[in-house]
Amino acid sequence: MPTFVYMTRCDGCGYCVDICPSDIMHIDETTRRAYNIEPNMCWECYSCVKACPHHAIDVRGYADFAPLGHSVRVDRDEDRGTIAWKIKFRDGREKNFLSPITTKPWGKHIPQLADVPAPDKSMRDSQLLFNEPKYIRMDEGDLHTLEAAGLKLKEGVYY
Amino acid sequence: MITSNPFAELAAFIPPAAMQAYVVLMVILVAVGTILDMMHKRSAQYFFENAKKAEKNATRSVSGGEKFSQAMQTLGKEVITSGEFKNPKRRASHLFTMWGFIVFVVSSAVLIFGYATEPAAGVWPILWHLGALSLAFGGYWFWFFIRVDVYSEGRRWYQLVRADMFIGSLLATSTFAILWSLTQGTGALGWLFFALFLAATTTLFATVYWSKFAHMFFKPAAAYQKRITRADGSAENLPTLTRDDPEQQQRHSMELLRDAPMEMGKGIQREAPHHY
Repeated sequence: MPTFVYMTRCDGCGYCVDICPSDIMHIDETTRRAYNIEPNMCWECYSCVKACPHHAIDVRGYADFAPLGHSVRVDRDEDRGTIAWKIKFRDGREKNFLSPITTKPWGKHIPQLADVPAPDKSMRDSQLLFNEPKYIRMDEGDLHTLEAAGLKLKEGVYY
Repeated sequence: MITSNPFAELAAFIPPAAMQAYVVLMVILVAVGTILDMMHKRSAQYFFENAKKAEKNATRSVSGGEKFSQAMQTLGKEVITSGEFKNPKRRASHLFTMWGFIVFVVSSAVLIFGYATEPAAGVWPILWHLGALSLAFGGYWFWFFIRVDVYSEGRRWYQLVRADMFIGSLLATSTFAILWSLTQGTGALGWLFFALFLAATTTLFATVYWSKFAHMFFKPAAAYQKRITRADGSAENLPTLTRDDPEQQQRHSMELLRDAPMEMGKGIQREAPHHY
């Protein structure tokens, strides 16, 4: 279900307008506040929800699996480098998550394909994709497993 | 020039009583416009319903003293220094506009009611001019460089929509006030700017119902409510976990940031919306 804007929270800064991949967050001509111009086209990517510095954007859940009374809210704290989620279920249960922000700065880390040597015939005929052995780190020894990283799988869901 | 009271010269043509009546009329228009705006948008109803909902979700009760302290903090940060803006340019422009407007309106009222016939009225004429200049500076900065329509919606600076009614009439008021003061006594031009100044102020104060003028009354209340929800733990359902909590630093998901500095610096800050 689509995003909507808490009008008392929005200050019309334009972050959501800029980041929306569907280009459906716009600024209202009467109130100069953001709004979703085409809710049908919103795929709930949460980009605008996370980008909004005022937490003015929220998403309605589908009524069948997230009925009224639930809440999914996020706080992207750039100072601390973390992203926190609070999920509230309709029966009162609550789940809290905290993880590092992994977004890279805009315009950085774009593969400079012009600088990369052209693939030779053996690479073209190979099943592997561009940069594949490197990116899946197969060339640094074997597959990276929990065991190799010194981690253990615990029972149940844990965060 | 900026030390002389512009209303004193005007008093030779328009009696001070008429000027005072105009100010009173504008105050009434603002009050009526705000009440109608509140009734139409049902903003007060929304505000109290929201407060009740937050109270239901509260995890701790907020004492009277704490509420007072939150109100003082709201006054000190969100109201006086426009602390709610995350964009420093927007905040600076708002500070110039807001304080310019307050100083301009207060000094206008003092000059009209206290010194309507005195060309030298102490510091008030200087404040009146500085207020108008500050209002114009902050307003034009917003209009040409910060207004989101300009850089995000691709609308030109001269394309007006209803949302521009407030900023437009504010800019017209300050600009024509300065021009009127500069050209006063030069004949037709002075009177033209005075007529435009009068039209702009009337538009500003008479269109409260349609413009965003009333934000100066409800924004502080909304900011206070936001602080209270954070204090009582309901936080509008927003996450309250942070890395400042040593227990949270030990979470499995936080492994990557265990040795990272608390302030992550500018590299990670979101960029201003310029990529539209």
